[in-house]
Amino acid sequence: MFNILKELIYSSGAVSLSGGNLVMWLVSFVLLYLAIKKQYEPLLLLPIAFGILVVNLPLTFLMEPEHGLIWFFYHYGIEMDIIPPLIFLGLGAMIDFGPLIANPKTLLLGAGAQAGLYVTFFAAILFGFDLQEAGSIAIIGGADGPTTIYLTSKLAPHLLGATAVSAYAYMALVPIIQPPMMKLLTTEHERKIVMSKLRPVSRLQKVCFPIVTAMTIMLVVPPAAPLISMLMLGNLFKESGVVERLTNASANELMNVVTIFLGLSIGATMTATTFLNPKVLFIFFLGLFAFIVSTGAGLLMAKFMNLFLKDKINPLIGAAGVSAVPMAARCVHKVGSEANRRNYLLMHAMGPNVAGVIGTVVAAAILLKNLG
Amino acid sequence: MPELIAPIAGNVWKILVAVGDKVELDDELVILEALKMETPIYCDDAGTVTEIKVKEGDAVNEDDVLIVID
Repeated sequence: MFNILKELIYSSGAVSLSGGNLVMWLVSFVLLYLAIKKQYEPLLLLPIAFGILVVNLPLTFLMEPEHGLIWFFYHYGIEMDIIPPLIFLGLGAMIDFGPLIANPKTLLLGAGAQAGLYVTFFAAILFGFDLQEAGSIAIIGGADGPTTIYLTSKLAPHLLGATAVSAYAYMALVPIIQPPMMKLLTTEHERKIVMSKLRPVSRLQKVCFPIVTAMTIMLVVPPAAPLISMLMLGNLFKESGVVERLTNASANELMNVVTIFLGLSIGATMTATTFLNPKVLFIFFLGLFAFIVSTGAGLLMAKFMNLFLKDKINPLIGAAGVSAVPMAARCVHKVGSEANRRNYLLMHAMGPNVAGVIGTVVAAAILLKNLG
Repeated sequence: MPELIAPIAGNVWKILVAVGDKVELDDELVILEALKMETPIYCDDAGTVTEIKVKEGDAVNEDDVLIVID
């Protein structure tokens, strides 16, 4: 009887618990709190937090290669690059590229805001990260979760948990991180600029956009193909107006299904041994730096464009050039309306915002091409 | 007759006035919801509300008339 009890205790996970596991439980509880109570990106944070919790319960072997349940999700979904492109299919089916088509010069803002990536890339190298790690950290500045996951899984899979959580955390924290930078780099007078109405965009233009964009980007930067092709296919579903079922399936059911596996898999990469080292904490810091520099670069790009434009743009919309859609556009709208309550920048900011998604994918493809 | 125009496309979230109400410049008359964000629309002219052209939950396009003020 005593022996059976002894065996039961020794075979339980509790005996194998390490201090690191307990710290990771704490990380998981904090993320669960943020997801459930504060509703910060709950669709992703909740499965991520639960993934962290279960993978830090010893002897469950959920991430054991060739055996563990979540390892299979991770291996087939992320390592084999299936999930991030599927997320992009859903995003494409939801995004309206109309504001970008109506005001194509905002594409420059989406490109300008990627500057933070390159600054951070060199900063990360200076701080001792290797080239592949630096590329994966830099992409956090784009504030685009799926692109960050896609690039990191190819360049530096051991950093996946840290870069993914960091990218999603900064997307959720846009309303806190961006406004101080916006106010620092623009004058009250600039923030008050009311932008002229966007021209109407025809259905034909909206249908042609995903086709032309897919062809152009994939011809110029072929490594962007998996993400861009799916993004533009989703958008073509939506804008064609003839495949409503496929549009809805991409934007809702498929998106929701892959989100579950994505979140759980990302969380499960965060075991105590991989996550609890100073390097990872430093990634959060560098990621934040990347995001702030990207915001600043977008704002400065807008101010630079104003030097040449007769019809001035409100430089705040430059901050939406990071790709956190639509959080960054909402943030621009809010800061703009604080300066002038009759300033409705939301749709103007959506131009650079959706351009930012494309910009981040192109930046990731360039990093992948040179570092992969 | 002055009209309150929707400055952005979205859904009518709340209508804060009724026909017959007196309104002042800068009063908040309607709240539109776009991209899960509430945007208050302010009155451009003082006067009396004579007609409300939308109801809560309606989808509106940019430049649609929301309220007529006399």
